[in-house]
Parts: sequence; structure tokens; C-alpha cells
Amino acid sequence: MASFSFPDPSAGEDPARSIPGTFPRWRALGEAALTLELGDELSPAVRAAVQAIDRALSGRLGVGPLTGVIEVVPTFRSLTVIFDPLLTSGDQVAKGVEAVMDRPEDGEVEPPRHWSLPVCYEPTLAPDLIETAQRLGISAAELVRAHCGQAYEVLMLGFLPGFPFLGELAPSLQLPRWATPRVRVPPGSVAVAGAMTAIYPWESPGGWHLIGNCPVPLFDARHSPPALLQVGDRVTFRPISIDEFAQLETARQGGDLDGARFLDSAA
Amino acid sequence: MTSERPVLEVVSPGAYATIQDLGRRGFRRHGVPWSGALDSRLLRIANALAGCPETAPVIEAFDGGLHLTAREGLVRLAVAGRVEMERLGPDGARTERPWETLTLLPGESLRIRRMVGGRLAMVAVAGLSCPQVLGSAATYGRAGLGGWDGGPLRGGQRWPLAPAGGKSGPALRMLRTPQRLTDPIRVVFGPQDDYFPAETLASFLAQPYRIGQDADRMGIRLAGPSLRHRGATEMLSDAIVPGAIQVPGNGQPVVLLADAQTAGGYPKIATVIGADLARLADLPVGSPVRFGAVSVEAAVSLAREAEAETQALLAAIRGETDGGWDEPALYAANLVGGVVDALRPGSEEG
Repeated sequence: MASFSFPDPSAGEDPARSIPGTFPRWRALGEAALTLELGDELSPAVRAAVQAIDRALSGRLGVGPLTGVIEVVPTFRSLTVIFDPLLTSGDQVAKGVEAVMDRPEDGEVEPPRHWSLPVCYEPTLAPDLIETAQRLGISAAELVRAHCGQAYEVLMLGFLPGFPFLGELAPSLQLPRWATPRVRVPPGSVAVAGAMTAIYPWESPGGWHLIGNCPVPLFDARHSPPALLQVGDRVTFRPISIDEFAQLETARQGGDLDGARFLDSAA
Repeated sequence: MTSERPVLEVVSPGAYATIQDLGRRGFRRHGVPWSGALDSRLLRIANALAGCPETAPVIEAFDGGLHLTAREGLVRLAVAGRVEMERLGPDGARTERPWETLTLLPGESLRIRRMVGGRLAMVAVAGLSCPQVLGSAATYGRAGLGGWDGGPLRGGQRWPLAPAGGKSGPALRMLRTPQRLTDPIRVVFGPQDDYFPAETLASFLAQPYRIGQDADRMGIRLAGPSLRHRGATEMLSDAIVPGAIQVPGNGQPVVLLADAQTAGGYPKIATVIGADLARLADLPVGSPVRFGAVSVEAAVSLAREAEAETQALLAAIRGETDGGWDEPALYAANLVGGVVDALRPGSEEG
């Protein structure tokens, strides 16, 4: 595994951390999935290692040493390999993955795409904007400026179809999620929690703070891949008026809003 | 009338009914859950009884009440699950049985009146077809994927079936039906069992839980002894699979099912084994449930046994003959043995 650089697990040991980690390590999720953990915190080095292994595995699933593997799910800090235990075994799968890790391909890494996504921060679409600003000790206008004032990286997709975890949020904008999650977060909600910001593509329960709404459809099953944003993409938010939001929302509901037009080719 | 294209009318979906198949694979990395039937054995049996391909989409009826009417032509179908149901026609109502082929005449209805101790029934309908979305017809309502129109069945819907779906093939029935188990639900500890002290792991197995009010295709909230974490109650999110048991800060475990989110940040104390997940999903709200821990190796053996049992049940489906139901019990028993041996090489000694 020398080909991948892992963060030194002994560095900065945090007593608040529940599990002192030695990485990488395998963890079983029942008899049909294994998670390869490369770390337990947000870290560019861990993410780069996850993405390198994910790239090396793509195209090798279901055949040869990875026969029986159904899919691989990369996250901030791990890859979960899901397989059919009647066709292969956990040992076989781990060996197959480790063999690929030992011989990574020198494949070209695509340069990140840049997106400029419109967000309406009107309080009618942002039920937590004012309270979030108060809790951060700034004005709502300052919160909006700060949220739009930096570029984010798509760190992971998951939770809901097309849901992008974006980070990292400036430390001055970080606060814990709600203790009691909302039962219904409206689709399009732009939210913050901890070191991340995100867009809910679908109505769902959720514990993040809702500070705006983005009308861009983030998932379309007719497209390949179906999620608009991909891990590694860069995203900035552009504040829009309620009138522009209404126009975009009407277009979206009519199926006439193609997310691709928000690709920022000038960046 | 057989030249007409039959139509299936949804009079009522009952509590909740969706089109499901074996689910959508390969898109969890985009946040798309598998969805799919909560009990794939029942799906395969229902399809076999209705003369459909074994993995064709079916109607998954949750908690009963599903009421379907044949229009324009004959509709051939079969129900797998422990239900009481009736046929409603011009002559009134008469009881019908699950686990066998039924043919509805135009205007006749089938209604699941009551579930008998469970929540799940699969209704296979000959000629039922749905577009494949990301490789599957399984309904995932939150994102409008699959089914006839992306959502659950609704009263008043009328869906055309493939022509001649109603008539072909002999009537079939099962010589024996799936056994009802009341043993503990078996789990493999982890992946985050180290977030919990040994006492918590012991109490998770020692005391019974109840199926909470919030129990649906996404997951099951369990009510029972609070599970104490060692320290942190949240972690940086990682991937989830169906069967994972999350323990949020309130200590009440949640078992995630087919429609659950693909990633989460609560520690997962254990994972329900594949062979027992459908049995857990079938338990009615308020039912007691106990958990038992097994090794990964034991879970794999149990998965093989479960598949062999499904094959044996499928082999116990017989056609109607002139003399009644064809019942070559010896033949079926031999076939069962053969399947078990084929799936468990080297197990003959044990």
C-alpha cells in the first residue's frame, strides 16, 4: 500500500475521538459488505487516497479477483465494497481490493469542473437564515456574503440521490446541526451544518440549518451519470432575487432547466 | 374478450403498495438506494405462481387492504404472503387463498382483507410491465424513480397489462409454504461496535425490543433498552447497507431497510444478516424482537441455507392435473437435497 499516502494516525491524537485509529483497516457490515476505512476525519489526504483507490477499482468490478462484487461506495474516509456472499467471500474481496491498491493505475485525473449555482437567500425560502446568523454572531447579510464568498469542493455524494456534501465551510460559519431534525426539509434547500454545506435535492427529513434554496435539479435518472455534481467538482453560490428564483423554479417544474448551463466554463 | 388488452385497476392501494423488483444496483455512490422488494423470496414465489419471470416486478402490499379489479380482459395473478383475501364478483364475495394462481374475470376484484401476523405480501400479475429506471422497475418514491409513475399505487389508477397475460399456463400452487420462524433476528456485530462498551453489546442481545410506530420501507425504529455509547454519539458519515443498525444519541436503535439513505453519521452497532432481514421487515408494529449475534462465517452459511430453502419452495410449486394437484412429494424431497448439496460443496460430511 506504499503507493498511497495516509495521514500519520499518531499525529494529533484527540482524546475526544472515540476510537484511536490505525488505518487502513477493514470492517464488516454483515456478510455482504466490507468497509475499507482510511481515516475517521475530514482530510484532503484521506479523500485523495479514497479517490485513487476508487479510480483504480472502476472497471474491475464483477470480474476476475473481484467476481461477485456488486458496487463500491466511496465516502469522505472509506470505501464500502458490497458483494454477493454466495459468489465470493470477504477474504477474496479484500485480497482483490488490496491487489489493486498495491498497483494503482497512473490514470489521468480529470481536472475539476466548476459550477456557479444560483441560490435565493430570501427568508421565505430560508427558514433558519436569521437564527443561524444570530447564533454565529453576524448579520444575515454577512452570512449570505460569507456563504457565497468561497468555493466549495464536492467531498461526497450520498444520503439522497444527487445530494452533495460540500466543504469545507469557513470556521466562522460552523455550528452543530439541530438537536431535533426537521420532519420535512423542502426540496432545493441549501443548508449548513458542521464543516459542510449541502443542497437537499428532494424533500426529506433533515437536521441541517436551512439558509437558502437552489432551484437547479441535481439528479436526473435519464442522464449518465444521474447526479449533476461529481466528487471533486468545485461549487460557488451566486445570490439571486426572489424574482429570478421564481423564473428558474418555473423552468425547473416544466422540465426546462438543464443543470449543465450552470457549469462555469470561465473558471 | 380475450383479444382485449387487460387492464388492472387499483381500487385501493391499502396501507401502502408499490411496484418492486429485486432493486436498483450500482448507484449508491450517487445516493440512490437499492429499493426493491423487502422479501425477495416472496417476490420469486409470487412470480413463479403467476407464470412470470422469477425476478419480474410485483406489487408489494404493506399491511393489507390492497384491492385490485380486472378490466377489459382476464388477469392472472398470485399472492405470496400470509393473508386473508377474497374475490368480489357479480355473485358476491368468496374467500381466495394465497400461494396459488388466480384468474380474475373482467369486473372481478381481489381484496387483501387482513394480514395474518405479518406486514408483507407480494402480488405478481401476469403482463405487468414497467419502464426500467437506472436498471430497475423498483419504486423509490422520494426521488420519483420506478413503478408506473414514480410513486406508490393510488386508488383509481388503471394500468394496461401486456396482452394475453391473463390466460396462458396452468394453474399452480405450492405443496408447502414458507415456514414461520420466531427465533431471534441474527446480526453480525459492527462495523462500529467499538463505539459501545461491552455492557451495551450484552444488553442489546439480552433484552427484547419492540417494533416502533415508525417502521416502513426506509427503516424500523426499535423501542427498548437505551444503548449507551462509549463516548462520541456521531462520527464522520460513511456508507450504509440495508440491515445496518444505527444508534443515534437517544440510544434507540434504527434498522435501515431497502429505501434508507445511502450514508449516515450514527455509529452502527451491528448489521442484520441477509437471511433474517425480510423476517424483521415483516414484523408488525409493537411486535417483540430479540437479537442474536453470529459470526460472518455463520451468516454466509445461513445465506446459503436461505437460498437453498427458496429453491426448495420454488420446486414445491405444482401444476393442476386431471386428477387434482400433482403431488410427487418424493421427487420434491430429492430435488431439495440436490440443491442443498450443490450450494454447499463439502458440507455432506457435516
